[in-house]
Amino acid sequence: MHTATTLRDYNQQVRAALDNAFLREAMDKFATAYPAGRANAFREYDAAALIQKVVEVKDAGLTRLDELFVQFKAEAEKRGVHVHLAQDAAEANALIAQIGKAAGCRRVVKSKSMTAEETLLNHTLEAEGFEITETDLGEWIIQLRHEGPSHMVMPAIHLSRYQVADLFSQVTRQTQPTDIQRLVKVARRELRPKYAAADLGISGANFAIAETGTIGIVTNEGNARLVTTLPRVHIVLTGLDKLCASLEDALHILRVLPKNATGQAITSYVTWISGANPCAAATSGTKEMHVIFLDNGRRALAKDPLFRQVLRCVRCGACANVCPVYRMVGGHAMGHIYIGAIGLILTYFFHGKDKAKTLAQNCINCQACKHICAAGIDLPLLIQEIRARINEEEGRPLTSSLLSMAMKNRKFFHGLLRAAKFAQKPVASGGYLRHLPQIFTKDHGFRALPAIAEVPFRDRFPALRPHIDQPTMRIALFSGCVQDFVYPEHLEAALKVLAHAKVAVDFPMEQTCCGLPLTTMGEKAAAQDVARQNMAALTGEYDAIVTLCASCASHLAHGYAQLLGSTPEVRAFAAKVMPFSVFVSRLGLAPDHFRQTMERATLHAPCHLCRGMGVTEEPRQLLQTAGYEYAAAELEQVCCGFGGTYSAKFPGISENILKLKLADVARTHAETLVTECPGCVLQLRGGAVQHGHGFEVRHMAEVLAAHLK
Amino acid sequence: MEPHALVERFRKKAEAVSAVVSEVETMAEAVAYTVDLCVHKEACQILVSGCDESLSASGKDLCGLKDWGKIIAAPGLDAATREILVARAKENGISVIEDGLRQHLGGVDIGFTVCQHGIAETGTLVLDAVSEEGRLATMISEIHVAVLPKNRIVPTAENIADTLRRYLARHPNYLAFITGASRTADIERVLALGVHGPLELHILLTEEA
Repeated sequence: MHTATTLRDYNQQVRAALDNAFLREAMDKFATAYPAGRANAFREYDAAALIQKVVEVKDAGLTRLDELFVQFKAEAEKRGVHVHLAQDAAEANALIAQIGKAAGCRRVVKSKSMTAEETLLNHTLEAEGFEITETDLGEWIIQLRHEGPSHMVMPAIHLSRYQVADLFSQVTRQTQPTDIQRLVKVARRELRPKYAAADLGISGANFAIAETGTIGIVTNEGNARLVTTLPRVHIVLTGLDKLCASLEDALHILRVLPKNATGQAITSYVTWISGANPCAAATSGTKEMHVIFLDNGRRALAKDPLFRQVLRCVRCGACANVCPVYRMVGGHAMGHIYIGAIGLILTYFFHGKDKAKTLAQNCINCQACKHICAAGIDLPLLIQEIRARINEEEGRPLTSSLLSMAMKNRKFFHGLLRAAKFAQKPVASGGYLRHLPQIFTKDHGFRALPAIAEVPFRDRFPALRPHIDQPTMRIALFSGCVQDFVYPEHLEAALKVLAHAKVAVDFPMEQTCCGLPLTTMGEKAAAQDVARQNMAALTGEYDAIVTLCASCASHLAHGYAQLLGSTPEVRAFAAKVMPFSVFVSRLGLAPDHFRQTMERATLHAPCHLCRGMGVTEEPRQLLQTAGYEYAAAELEQVCCGFGGTYSAKFPGISENILKLKLADVARTHAETLVTECPGCVLQLRGGAVQHGHGFEVRHMAEVLAAHLK
Repeated sequence: MEPHALVERFRKKAEAVSAVVSEVETMAEAVAYTVDLCVHKEACQILVSGCDESLSASGKDLCGLKDWGKIIAAPGLDAATREILVARAKENGISVIEDGLRQHLGGVDIGFTVCQHGIAETGTLVLDAVSEEGRLATMISEIHVAVLPKNRIVPTAENIADTLRRYLARHPNYLAFITGASRTADIERVLALGVHGPLELHILLTEEA
């Protein structure tokens, strides 16, 4: 469980996770296995269409949450169920304790419920004298270890069979084997008497169907069936967000949830309970059944136009499964109670700003979660928005405010970058910094850092600008800060390629930072300001606005509409933005324009290119057209670990993601690693240099220019 | 989808999650399969593991064998099928019970049930489990043998949404979708069957409705 309130403390927790060899191995295996399992489960389906329908079903329910609650309550009460609404966690827990006591219950069996984790129900019940046993195998294990879940679907994924065997040996006071099949049987044997003795069963719910007052529970182990059958009292604790209008709505979500969660077509058991069922253990012969809906901020959230989508979450856990940060540190270091990307958001709403403050920083904004989410939630955007809200509430950190002030004034900002060139003089040689400036700690030494260029691109451009007779097209080149001031050679290479295709290039001097770092830091006002400056600078009779930086491209094309609203002006601007490789592939350059050396090259797809802009094929085609042999890397679309300011906040995680990437690239035996974002070049080249990898890291523009005949 | 293809799709999907699917002509054959399975299986493992204290003699033994030995729990059968089952089980020294399952929470060898529907998309059984005995038979047994008439197999759950809704609208109702045996991957993501519910699921597809 993440509890750190300062970045320093948080990084210590992160370091411990990074040093946990078993955890790293388990996370690696899972990260490799999950995508294949999911793809297999969706093989016969149009996953995007199914997800879109989940969005529609959930959104329709969220607009009428109060109405669905009233309907559920009426239908369930008709069938003998007591329905309650708890305003917050404390009220829900108190209510459960009160119901249990009134019914004279003492022994509780529970099936897995994230909502009960959210309210820390067990703590309350134990304090009230109840004896509680978690019956989901993973939950039982972490209960015995006094831990929280490290994954929403697989709560004990951080533990090895040896740790479980030790734990079970303590519990049974007998030496238990390390064979997993036998350990599972130990749990079967130990837990069965608990069910037999229990007088209160507590479950969660995946669905609360209003039209028939039915709850639906999705499980694999079958423990929820025993929990809801054997004890004479059953209490369901569920979030209001689980309400849905009809059986069909629930069936649709059910078609997506298990596939996205574990790559299963469906779970072993789906249990639909309407009303108080027969129960031989009850004196009346009928079970006493209660459904407690937890609000805890959900009704307010449902009215928030931006954050409402959070309540679409079906708790599949996929956002963690594909998260490069989760892969490095696991759920305990990447969540308070709810983990992964959705956890970063829910923690703020359910557990408060203090718990969320440093946690919300731990997103590298690679967008992988957004593209896997079963409910189409724009998780990275919401995480940035949470940072902005925390900034507003807390007062902004000094660095953030300073950056914001500096960036709003282009001349001042560029003046700072020019000054940095002189400041680095004593430490720079051969294009890299010889040792790190004092603002960095030793944790940042995992990659060589490039020096600021002698002359930025904007000063070189007037002399470089090619004269094109009868140009085929006219474009504005948007450089972004890193290429302008660190890698002007990328832009020079691009000029060569563009001139070859008779494209006239303009470089509007009033352009400034795209503003993505400001958005990432939650500096919304300044981000809006620079967005307006850039739009003004790039207005003109251009066929396209081309950029060599994927992050800039994605921010110009999509981020501005988020910041400034989707006005016709913003949409017209966004429609012209094109990543370099997309623009060049439309120029019709044939292989005979390039030297066909067939050097082996592989690609790193920048997050903001493959996911942010949906571009995957063009760079592959271009490489082959330009006379390279394209060798696909398994992790081509996995983040490089840079993430702009992220790598400065969490250097340990950044370093480890980088190592993973470099090892993957090395496996392709490519001579050159090609990418299309200066941030990725900075990270990957710095890492390759530091670790002595034999391949070169180059921008797409450089490798194209190098092969031009 | 034509009936044969539908049955094959159901079979393929059910087998993909480790269900054992067989075809039988009649309920008598289904009974024979079940008793035979019981004869050849090891006695209930959970009993061997020493959790037999919850057993008592108060449950009704339809075979009159009383020593319990191996048990088939078969609640809610029609009279004719029950008669064949009891006779066949008795020949093999196996007890048959149809109620009092709470007396056997340590486990029974086989739970024998007839299902209402099959969903081909996922190889799922739909079981009306409002009776507590029926529910328990599919939860505490080591092997669940489920009979499913072929003509009750539909392509997707949506195809029988109105029927399912009628179940859900009953007062009260407990409806189970069962797909394969009880499973977990909670330790090192290694698949293990039979964590709380049945270790095996056998599906017998019958021609009879």
